[in-house]
Order: sequence, then C-alpha cells, then structure tokens
Amino acid sequence: MIGWLQLLGRWSLGRVARLGRGHLFLVRTLASLPHLVLRPRLVIRELFSVGVLSLLIIVVSGGFVGFVLGLQGYVTLVRFGAEESLGVVVALSLVRELGPVVSALLFAGRAGSALTAEIGLMKSTEQLAGLEMMAVDPIERVVAPRFLAGFLAMPLLAALFSAVGVWGGYFVGSGLLGVDSGAFWSQMQSQVDFHDDVVNGIIKSVVFGFVASWIAVFEGYDAVPTSEGVGRATTRTVVNTALAVLGLDFILTALMFGNF
Amino acid sequence: MNDGSSMGGRTVARVEVRDVHFSRAGRPIFRGLDLDVPAGSVTGILGPSGTGKTTLLNLIGGRLRPARGTVRVDGQDVHRLSRGGLYALRKRMGMLFQSGALLTDLNVFDNVAFPLREHTRLPEALIRDVVLIKLEMVGLRGARDLMPAELSGGMARRVALARAIVLDPVMVMYDEPFTGLDPITKAVIVQLIRKLNQALGLTSIVVSHDVAETFSIADYIHVIAEGGVIASGTPDALRETGSAWVRQFIQGLPDGPVPFHYPARPYYEELLEGQGA
Ligand SMILES: Nc1ncnc2c1ncn2[C@@H]1O[C@H](COP(=O)(O)OP(=O)(O)OP(=O)(O)O)[C@@H](O)[C@H]1O
Ligand SMILES: [Mg+2]
Repeated sequence: MIGWLQLLGRWSLGRVARLGRGHLFLVRTLASLPHLVLRPRLVIRELFSVGVLSLLIIVVSGGFVGFVLGLQGYVTLVRFGAEESLGVVVALSLVRELGPVVSALLFAGRAGSALTAEIGLMKSTEQLAGLEMMAVDPIERVVAPRFLAGFLAMPLLAALFSAVGVWGGYFVGSGLLGVDSGAFWSQMQSQVDFHDDVVNGIIKSVVFGFVASWIAVFEGYDAVPTSEGVGRATTRTVVNTALAVLGLDFILTALMFGNF
Repeated sequence: MNDGSSMGGRTVARVEVRDVHFSRAGRPIFRGLDLDVPAGSVTGILGPSGTGKTTLLNLIGGRLRPARGTVRVDGQDVHRLSRGGLYALRKRMGMLFQSGALLTDLNVFDNVAFPLREHTRLPEALIRDVVLIKLEMVGLRGARDLMPAELSGGMARRVALARAIVLDPVMVMYDEPFTGLDPITKAVIVQLIRKLNQALGLTSIVVSHDVAETFSIADYIHVIAEGGVIASGTPDALRETGSAWVRQFIQGLPDGPVPFHYPARPYYEELLEGQGA
C-alpha cells in the first residue's frame, strides 16, 4: 500500500517536474525567437523541410477525406432532396474541423516525430552539448528555428488540406454523383461565413501548430539521450500531440460555436 | 597570443578547481576535489571509468554546477559568470567530445567553419583560409567535402579537433581522445595534441583511462578516484612514488586497493534473501 502510494507520488512528481521543464523550455524558446529576425535563412531551411515532409501526406489525405465527405454527404442529403447543399457540408466540415484537426494529427505523425527524432539524436550524439561548448545556444540555434517553422507551416498545411478536400468533395459529388456544379459552389459561397468559419478554422490551426511544434521540439530536447530514449520520445510526441489537439479542439469549438 | 606558463618563474594556473562537491542522482561523484592545471601544460586526468572525468570537464566548461566549491579558469569563477561572460569564456576554450560531436548535417569544411560563422563576421574568403589551415594541421585538408557519416572514428575526432581550435582558444579539453582507435591513429592523435600544444601555446587537458598514452604526452597527471584526486605529479614522479592504488592502475591489475565490485550490500545477505527466508 505504502509502496503503491510512493510510486504514485513519484510518478506525479515526475509529471509535474516535466510540465515545469516544458514551460520553462517554451519561455526560453519564445525568448530566442527575436534573434531569428537576423537569421531568416535558418527558419526558411526548416520551413522547407517541415513543409516538404508533410506536403504529400497532407495532399493525399485531404483528397481522400474530401472524397469520403462527398460520398457520405451525398448519401445523407439526397434523402431530403438537399444534395445541392453538398458544397456547404463539405466545406464547413473541412474548414471548421477536419482541416485543422486532421492536418495537425498528420503533422504530428510526419513532421513532429521527425523534429523530435532529429533533436533527440543531436542530444544523444553530444551535438547539443558541443554547441553549448562552442558558445552557441542550442535553443536559439536548433530549437527555435524548428519551432517557428512548425508553427508557420501548420496553418498553411491545414489550408491546403481543406482546399484539396473541397476539391475532392466536388470531384465525387459533381463529377461522379451528378450534383449540379453551379449549385455546389454558389451554395458554398453563400453559406460559408468568412469570419465565423474560415477565420475560426485558421485560429484553430494556429493554436494546433503552436502546441504540436512545442511538443515536438520539447520531447526531442528532453529525450533520454540514448537510442531507446529517442525512440520513446518520438512516440510520446505523436501521442501527446494527438491528445492535446483533440482536447483543445473541443475547448476551442465550445468557445467559438457553443453559444454559452 | 598566449601568456606563457610562467610569471616570474612561478607557474600560473589556467584552471583551479577548489573543494568541488558534486553528486548525480543522489550518488556523490566528487567530494572535495582540488586540482590545478598549469598554463601551457598538457595535463592528464586519469581515472577508472565512471569516476567522473567527463563530469569534471563539464564542470570546467560550466555545463554543470557544483553543489559546493569553485572552478576558476584564468582567474574567473566559471559558475559566477553571467551567461554572456560564460559564453565569452567558452569561445576561449575548445572541447573535444568523446564522440566528436560533429554536426551531422554539415560537411567537414562547414563543421570547422561553424564557430567562425557563428561568432565572427569574417569574409568568406578568410574563413576558407582559416578552415583550410586548421584542417591542414590535422591532416584532413583533402577530406573537406566529406560528410561526418563518411568519416572513420579517428578522422571524425581529428575534424572535431580542427573545429575545437578554429577560434584560437587558449585551452583545449580532450575527453577520451584515444578510446576506440587503432594504435597508428592513437599515435597520430598523441602527436597532434603535443604538436598543437606547442604550436598554438595551448593549455591542454587530456582526460583518459589510457595510461600509456597519457603518460607519454602529459607534463602533469592527476589521478582521480573516489571523489577526489588521489595522486598527482609528473609522469616520472608518479611511476616512482605512486601508492599501491596508483601502481594498480598504472599496471592495470584487475583487483587490489581498487575494488572490482561496484559498492553493494554483503554478498551472502543478498543471496540468502533470494531464498525467501
Ligand atoms: N546524466 C546522468 N545522470 C545520472 N548519472 C550520471 C549521468 N551522467 C553520468 N552519470 C554518472 O556519473 C558518474 C560519472 O560519469 P562520467 O561520465 O563523468 O564518468 P567518466 O569518468 O567520464 O567515465 P568514462 O571513462 O566511462 O567516460 C558515472 O558513474 C555515471 O553513472
Ligand atoms: Mg567519460
């Protein structure tokens, strides 16, 4: 019993300490962002690798999600003779929810895990320690550009995901199932509100980008510097990002669309 | 460039470690460590695995903070410096990591150029010259386009050495520079450390458990174990007057004053316990 309590206590202390380290780390990362103004090339390089890493998976998944939305939406709407509204259904689902959420999950699996592994390996091969001994701050030089790149890439990827998804829904709805293409687009245009839907979706993807990038770089920086530790950190990045994104999505949705 | 090793005939200490206490995960590593590294010397730090030699270098470099005691480099208390002060000091010391710690996404040339590009505004043509000079010193000018993954362990260490001296430091710390190398490469590294020490007027700290190599290049040797320095002196003096412990270490005998076992409870107690008594 006592042993069990002791274990619980140690586990909670470990958790709290990690949470504290994570926040301190975030503060240090944010504080070194201004330095990057002088060295945009560091960020551009990371932006390229984070963006390119995720591009293919985002486009392909966006397409398939759009196809499925087109099919499912059509099957349901046609029962009420409302298949003309397919464009609205597809666009709203993507812009409000699926775009930000699914692309954040894909980002965690592709780019986030790669960031964690990269930073973790740099730690385990003493590269980060080497930087410190060369009087170069690893947070400034290694972590901050990657964090910023992830943060900037995420909204763009989410927007791309939604755009491809809408096109996928159009392809299935109009091209295969015969929904009138004029109605598809005009209904979408009139029913999707720029502020309520598009901007809120962008806000979500910005928040998710922040959290996903933070988790990815922190897990790498905090990894146990062994190959096993880096492997575990990579897994944790994917799991923690998924949980954080889904939890935050609920909170944000409630704040944005729930009329409390 | 270098202020030499003597001032009015007296030796000047580049590094002074005084009464340093440090523990890791509740286990004390150092309990009142005292040692000096004379300026301009090659000083060897010998000790068995796990005694805290790497830890000592990290304390000197300010990456770790002692629980008690001071570490001075050129008279500056490393752990009282501001961040800026510490970084300025680090630019004057090079460190060679056990693994080399080269940046894996840069080639040899860019790795050596890295500190210059980070800390100076030298024109690219000058950077090129400096880097080639340093690579020539370690004999790898021809390998400048290779990536770290394409280097052998010994080459990686030499590249790391070129990088460690590229900012013209006054001191270089070598962590296990001989480990895992074939005899020829070992001899090359030994020669390099000596040569650089003379040519650049460096102070060199060589941490190792390779007794023969360390004895062959060091001016002074500190043997550390059990949380402190247990013997110091010139190689000759140590060979002559070493205690039983030092002799055991130098001659490489498996058991003696240094126990073969990691501290543990009595053997029979633990075995009896396993019987579920
Ligand atoms: N991050 C760490 N956390 C906890 N203990 C550590 C850590 N790093 C090192 N230690 C412990 O500190 C002690 C000293 O380690 P250190 O790396 O300084 O030894 P060393 O003398 O360099 O050994 P070697 O010759 O094998 O490199 C070891 O016993 C090790 O168990
Ligand atoms: Mg070591």
